[in-house]
Amino acid sequence: MAVYALRRLLLAIPTLIGITLLTFLVSHALPKDIVLVNLGDRATQDPELVAAFRQKWGLDQPLPLQYLRYVSRLARGDLGTSIATNRSVGRELALSVPATLELAAVAIIIAVPPGILFGVVSAARRGGGSDLIIRGVSSIGLAMPTFWLALLMLIVFYLQLGWAPGPGRLDAGITPPPAVTGMHTIDALLAGDMVALRNAAAHLVLPAMVLAIVSFAFIVRITRESMLEVLNQDYVRTARAKGLAQRIVIGRHALRNALIPVITVTGTLYAQLMAGTVLTETIFSWPGIGRYAFSSASSLDFPAIMGTALVIGATYIVLNLIVDLLYGLVNPRIRYD
Amino acid sequence: MTRRPRRPFRFTRHGGLVVGAILVLVWAGPAILAPWLSRYDYSEQQLEAALSPPTSTHVFGTDELGRDVFARVLYGARVTLVLGLAVVAVSSAFGTLLGAVSGFLGGWQDEALMRATEVVMAFPSIILAMAIVVALGPSIEHAAIAMMLVWWPPYARLARGEVLALKRLDFVEAATALGQRRWRVLIRHVLPNIASRILALATLDVGAAIITGAGLSFLGLGAVPPAPELGAMVSKGRELPTAWWVTVFPGLAILTSVLGLNFLGDSLRDLTDPRRALY
Repeated sequence: MAVYALRRLLLAIPTLIGITLLTFLVSHALPKDIVLVNLGDRATQDPELVAAFRQKWGLDQPLPLQYLRYVSRLARGDLGTSIATNRSVGRELALSVPATLELAAVAIIIAVPPGILFGVVSAARRGGGSDLIIRGVSSIGLAMPTFWLALLMLIVFYLQLGWAPGPGRLDAGITPPPAVTGMHTIDALLAGDMVALRNAAAHLVLPAMVLAIVSFAFIVRITRESMLEVLNQDYVRTARAKGLAQRIVIGRHALRNALIPVITVTGTLYAQLMAGTVLTETIFSWPGIGRYAFSSASSLDFPAIMGTALVIGATYIVLNLIVDLLYGLVNPRIRYD
Repeated sequence: MTRRPRRPFRFTRHGGLVVGAILVLVWAGPAILAPWLSRYDYSEQQLEAALSPPTSTHVFGTDELGRDVFARVLYGARVTLVLGLAVVAVSSAFGTLLGAVSGFLGGWQDEALMRATEVVMAFPSIILAMAIVVALGPSIEHAAIAMMLVWWPPYARLARGEVLALKRLDFVEAATALGQRRWRVLIRHVLPNIASRILALATLDVGAAIITGAGLSFLGLGAVPPAPELGAMVSKGRELPTAWWVTVFPGLAILTSVLGLNFLGDSLRDLTDPRRALY
């Protein structure tokens, strides 16, 4: 098991290098000039400015050399400096990652328990009225364009009804709590600042709901499918045959085994959440990694794009590794050697 | 021996297929017939009628330039649906071929290809797509190219897995034993057998491609005005929050067409995957 985990971690290194190479090629080998995007029309008229910019960011060097310089700095844990803000990419990511984590965590907490519950109910009542309704709702959730949902919720609950606060993480008049975790709600709780806590929580509701609705639909669907597969197994038939109540068959025999495959789609859920995060954070002006990715892509800020891609890609790899190891732990039929 | 009775046609079993097909037709038909169905052109401005709510002359209302939203939704659906279809068509063909060849050949080529697939899968595709579009300059074609570059790995994986399972089967080994060339075995005997599963995945995938494509346009990385595109139309709502019809109708068009495609894809997958025939 330990050997397997180590092997997987080692195999992740070429994948991560592949990610840097891919981003590097995309941001450097494409026709649009980084200088043009970042300096603006006036400055590009001035050859001295352009030369200084190229030299500063190492763009005057041959491409393979630029890449090697980037990778060697990366090996020392330095993600480089953002062209757009002139600040360390590592520092900027350290600020935006907790904002996204906070949002995603709340969304998952809202989405997962009801998602599993409704998935189980839907499978247990397969073909019935409740199954039809639950499947209908989750189908709509899966077909929902995130950006449309986010915009409609913002318009309805903020602009029209005034029930929710506007975009951003805190109202303008609220001082952010001292940063410990970088998540405003937890930091406010740690500082005992109830005003900031309530405000931060209120700001979380709408964007978290948007992400939760999309994840909920996905979880319902996966749980239902997995549950249906388990309900067809012999041991479930045996449990029923010996006269156990439906509640016990489902809760004690089927659900436990059905949840194992549900864990394995965590990677897919993560990828979906990240895509949703880019749009949701942009619409709600949420200063997380999704909005950071969008703003750095719009200005071809390649150190920032590469840093963001690395962080998101590395998380994906680690998450999948954990899932595979967990899978081996809970399912004794699977052995890694 | 008694004959098994035929299963009655139950709505819960085939409802998805029916509803899906209807929804897809409801959108594909009018999108194709847009020039004949709409009284207005998508770029025709009637400034005196700007921001009119839905009326009998403008059933979906008008936008800030007095353009008919109904006409723009129909023309926009054309752009958005074609974008989704094109992305899936190209990347499914490319991915399938790559995965099938890789699984068929095996060895180091296979290993290298799977690593490459992993890189693209681990990569946050929307970020790569955004960077590519910015670098190429925003346009609907560039959005399509960017998406194609990141969209193929699931097909490569599915095709590879299917080919690995198929290539040990007797009829494939027989074809090889009879002296057929390898590529001929692949094309004549292997590819036709994985086609149905690929098709089912592709149908299910068009919806996802439509949503992502519209999302790129929403961010200003797709269609360029005045070209109508559903995602770009939705983004108007950020500036015009009171004119609900400007945002609601294009979004509903995306939602319902994707819903139809998903229903259709689900049913096709259930019909083509023998493991799923049970339920």
